[in-house]
Amino acid sequence: MNGSRQKDFVIKANQCMIHLENISFQYPQGELVFQDFNWEVERGEAWAVLGPSGCGKTTLLYLLAGLRFPLSGKILLMDKKITRPRPHTGLILQDYGLLPWATVRQNVELGIQVRDFYGPDGKHAPEENISPENVDFWINRLSLNSIQNQYPQKISGGQRQRTAIARTLALEPDLLLMDEPFSSLDAPTRESLQKLTIELCIEQDLTLIIVTHAIEEAALLGQKILMLNQPPITDTIIIENPNAINSGYRYSDEYLALVRELRNSMDGYEEK
Amino acid sequence: MKKSELIIAVLTLLILWQLGAMIINKPILPTPYIVSQTLIQEVINGQILDHFFASLWRVVVSTLLAIIIAAPIGLVLGQSKRLHKFISPIVYLLYPIPKVVFVPIILLFFGIGDFPKIMIIFLILFFQVLVLVRDQAAGIRPELIQSVRSLGAGRRALFRFVYFPASLPAILTALRQSVGTAVAVLFIAELIATQKGLGYYIYFNGSTLFNYPAMYAGIVALSIMGLGLYYFVDWFEHQVCAWQYL
Repeated sequence: MNGSRQKDFVIKANQCMIHLENISFQYPQGELVFQDFNWEVERGEAWAVLGPSGCGKTTLLYLLAGLRFPLSGKILLMDKKITRPRPHTGLILQDYGLLPWATVRQNVELGIQVRDFYGPDGKHAPEENISPENVDFWINRLSLNSIQNQYPQKISGGQRQRTAIARTLALEPDLLLMDEPFSSLDAPTRESLQKLTIELCIEQDLTLIIVTHAIEEAALLGQKILMLNQPPITDTIIIENPNAINSGYRYSDEYLALVRELRNSMDGYEEK
Repeated sequence: MKKSELIIAVLTLLILWQLGAMIINKPILPTPYIVSQTLIQEVINGQILDHFFASLWRVVVSTLLAIIIAAPIGLVLGQSKRLHKFISPIVYLLYPIPKVVFVPIILLFFGIGDFPKIMIIFLILFFQVLVLVRDQAAGIRPELIQSVRSLGAGRRALFRFVYFPASLPAILTALRQSVGTAVAVLFIAELIATQKGLGYYIYFNGSTLFNYPAMYAGIVALSIMGLGLYYFVDWFEHQVCAWQYL
């Protein structure tokens, strides 16, 4: 199903996925979160956004998702200014965002149902045809077969998050935004979902932005790590971590050294 | 409740009724046997069915009206903080007033016929549905909304895929909670300015014709209506909102 996308990957390589130029953002009656902030993400990159809670990580993700808008500056996704959630952007949140009254299968179908509701207008939904068979594919791929008729409250946190991932990927996104997706899961589940995320990003040629406060997670998933300080955020601090998504990286000295380095710089933030 | 428990409960009540009738031994409390005989006769030869359906019609129409009007308002109030701030104090003041006190006013204004009766039940259900739907809509987690928006949903799709299914249990809970009150108020409303409905039938047989078995038959019919409506809503809720009963 993804053959066609892999072909144009060659052409689109090194294309700019995300372009943030001098953006400023502030919540009504809140403090300034971003001020003249710049950031570039190339297509196919895996980024982790790391910072203490309340630093604006989630805000950044919501800006990229088209759920919030900057006061000034511009945000371009694939060279287009975003004015609303972009059909090719997938968003995964910590609390899964599943409909409690819908089964796993119905939840996975939701994106396609929304698309059918509006028709493929390119505004609410991707213009190109999305096959309903995607639902079966992703239910299989994420091993949800045996629970596809269960309601979300009856399944485990890991299964819920896999359902949310299946729902998002069924719409064939090119950009995957994740907000603390594994924070409320136990360690083994978290680890297996981290591995799965890496696999899926490679398989589906996804650009990944994962927001996390967990240093280890940032080091494991981010080939580039964007460090956020206390707001207002002005600087773009980037740590290169090219081997992140390689298998076995979790056990390498390079990984351990990076975690140590990140921890030191995070401690610095706390004291400020 | 299990079927066997239900049967035992019904039997117990019938036995208590029977014992009471035997002890009192006056026409004002006929035995369940006489009442059920009268009820069957009234169904076959009399007009109790006409009165039954007149009452049922009033309840059903006012219920549907209340849902159609109150649920969307509740949804809007639940979504919009500004409107909520403005309208909620008004609702807050009106909600606890027992709507039955409006019966004389509504009858004064709207006179005879079905309309004033429907209005009264509508008023009761309206506030109940409004308040529960509003709270339900306000209680939807913002993360859920954001997730569904990120799947491409705009306002209309959010309504269709999130707000409407989310408010369904609230509507049904409101109905289940207020169906008893609705039938009670219907009874009171039907005492005045009408010649149709079980309320009228009960009152007419009891105080004009002194036909006590028929009066009791009317009371049984009204009870059956109330019970039936309650269990129908309950059953429907289990069908439509199965996810709530896991």
